[in-house]
Amino acid sequence: MPATTSIVVAESPLARLALGRADDVLILGHRLSEWCGHAPMLEAELSIANLALDLIGQARALYALAAEAEGAGRSEDDFAYLRDERGYRNLLLVEQPNGDFARTMVRHFLYSAFIDPWWRATAASNSPLADIARKAEKESAYHLRHAGEWVVRLGDGTAESHRRAQDALDFLWPYTGEMFAPDSSGLAPDPAGIRPRWEANVAAVLAEATLTRPDDGWMQEGGREGRHSEQFGRLLAELQHMARSHPGASW
Amino acid sequence: MTEAPMPLWEVFIRSRAGLAHRHVGSVHAPDAAMALQSARDVYTRRGEGLSLWVVPSAAITASDPAEKDMMFEPTASKIYRHPSFYDVPDDVGHM
Amino acid sequence: MYTQGLTPQASEDGNDPREAAFQARIDAEDRIEPNDWMPDSYRRTLIRQIGQHAHSEIVGMLPEGNWITRAPSLRRKAALLAKVQDEGGHGLYLYAAAETLGISREEMVEQLLAGKARYSSIFNYPTLTWADIGAIGWLVDGAAIMNQIPLCRCSYGPYARAMIRICKEESFHQRQGYEIMCALARGTPAQKDMAQDALNRWWWPCLMMFGPPDSESQHSDASMRWKIKRFTNDGLRQKFVDATVPQAHLIGLSMPDPDLRFNEATGHWEFGAIDWAEFRRVLAGDGPCNRERLAARRAAHADGTWVREAALAHAAKRRARREAA
Repeated sequence: MPATTSIVVAESPLARLALGRADDVLILGHRLSEWCGHAPMLEAELSIANLALDLIGQARALYALAAEAEGAGRSEDDFAYLRDERGYRNLLLVEQPNGDFARTMVRHFLYSAFIDPWWRATAASNSPLADIARKAEKESAYHLRHAGEWVVRLGDGTAESHRRAQDALDFLWPYTGEMFAPDSSGLAPDPAGIRPRWEANVAAVLAEATLTRPDDGWMQEGGREGRHSEQFGRLLAELQHMARSHPGASW
Repeated sequence: MTEAPMPLWEVFIRSRAGLAHRHVGSVHAPDAAMALQSARDVYTRRGEGLSLWVVPSAAITASDPAEKDMMFEPTASKIYRHPSFYDVPDDVGHM
Repeated sequence: MYTQGLTPQASEDGNDPREAAFQARIDAEDRIEPNDWMPDSYRRTLIRQIGQHAHSEIVGMLPEGNWITRAPSLRRKAALLAKVQDEGGHGLYLYAAAETLGISREEMVEQLLAGKARYSSIFNYPTLTWADIGAIGWLVDGAAIMNQIPLCRCSYGPYARAMIRICKEESFHQRQGYEIMCALARGTPAQKDMAQDALNRWWWPCLMMFGPPDSESQHSDASMRWKIKRFTNDGLRQKFVDATVPQAHLIGLSMPDPDLRFNEATGHWEFGAIDWAEFRRVLAGDGPCNRERLAARRAAHADGTWVREAALAHAAKRRARREAA
């Protein structure tokens, strides 16, 4: 296959759904992996890597499903390494730079508080993603607990950690609305229906963390249509550097 | 100045049902919840366990090696506690 | 490990009657455990060696971590992240083993960040291309395994147990690296060049990993007597060369050593002179990445201080609330 140029995926509804979820976890896993070697303590080093490995594993399974749905003989690496920025379908939330440890953990918590109930609902449905969901829901349950406990620790820790956690929450909040964009494909549970459980997860942790829930103002969106943050192109440039420099090579 | 030490926890894993928990190492963590998760992330990355215990290291009372003789020598002469102490006819088979 | 609380008894090395009994235990292949009496010099040697070993694992995460976000396939990305994560785990096991000797992890980290503790000089070399990740797995981990397998029988129990776990986990590391090199060696001309270039740059520093020649090694005698160390630097180095040269040839790569030749009579590969001046220079701080490595560790430590403080503060608050209830 000539792999010299970017690919454009013929997105059937299922391919689009799988790619969106796959891109979410690949990009979030990529962000987490940037911590490797720089975490606040050794134990956290191993925990963050575990979170990232779960997500990269989910991405690979979802890309395989997307490939099957598209039927063009593409591999997981074609999707990850040869799509341009405008072809990436991930939520803006997951591509936000790591910032400090508070921002990373709050980002992870806000996402996990949504995706865990969504995976559960998907696992219990007859969605084509149900098999993947049955594996992913176990991982997401742990992510939700782990990130939630960190948010509590930081929110109810020192004055500095409280300030940082609140800053992170305020900064990331406008990116949460996009998670609930309605999906009427019927291929998986509608994210809009997950909102009450997300609200409950968030409310419980924020209360314990003594953090204030920001007001629901204007929400950022566009990730699913390939309109990303400015820095996202740099993330992709790094992620795709080898594939782009050595077209067609195998590794 | 050296910073405040993060408490140390001993980690015990039950590798499969039917076996006892076994000491595998330790982690540093501020509280029990995080000690448990750190133990999971550090010591069960290759499917090593089905159950985990974490115990504050400071909660363990250890015998003193200097008292090893007093503690463990006296048992050595009680050979009548072992089956091989007793003579029974070979013909009886396994007993 | 569970013995932190006991204070080590002092001893004046050389004139303590317990030393003969201690040496007899070692000679009989008995294992020394944390609370057992031991000469101070044995304790100091172990703290230094295990600490250096732990620091090497932690600093060693940096050169490989440099390529996680650029790994060329998702399969490689997952494997590399898992491998670098293992290095962190190994650092953790080793710090814990050293802690049984009466030093805290915080003190050891402080020594590293202050530039007072050493780590393996190999990690002061840069990872410039993806092939360096292959070369590190194949050569650096290969050399490390040669060094580490004998340590599984080290006289100090906690160190030996940590090493058993580490060696078991590391068994995939070298294969991971060699597989990367194999893929490159049978790839495009650019990939093959990349592989050879990486081998050229990593080969000599890897030979230095075994430490100075036996004629100059300061710690070997006592360490051998105490069975902390069981083979000499030169012996392990030769073993590594003998194992590695055929692996390179098998995939069409050549060693950057014009003097390398196989001696039929001895059955060993003879190699050229190692530039020990470079080794000493890099160890003393003047290698390509010494400053970057320490700066990265210092930054991670400093940036993490508020997190560790918050975690401790939160735990204290919870404890207080529980006691008040």
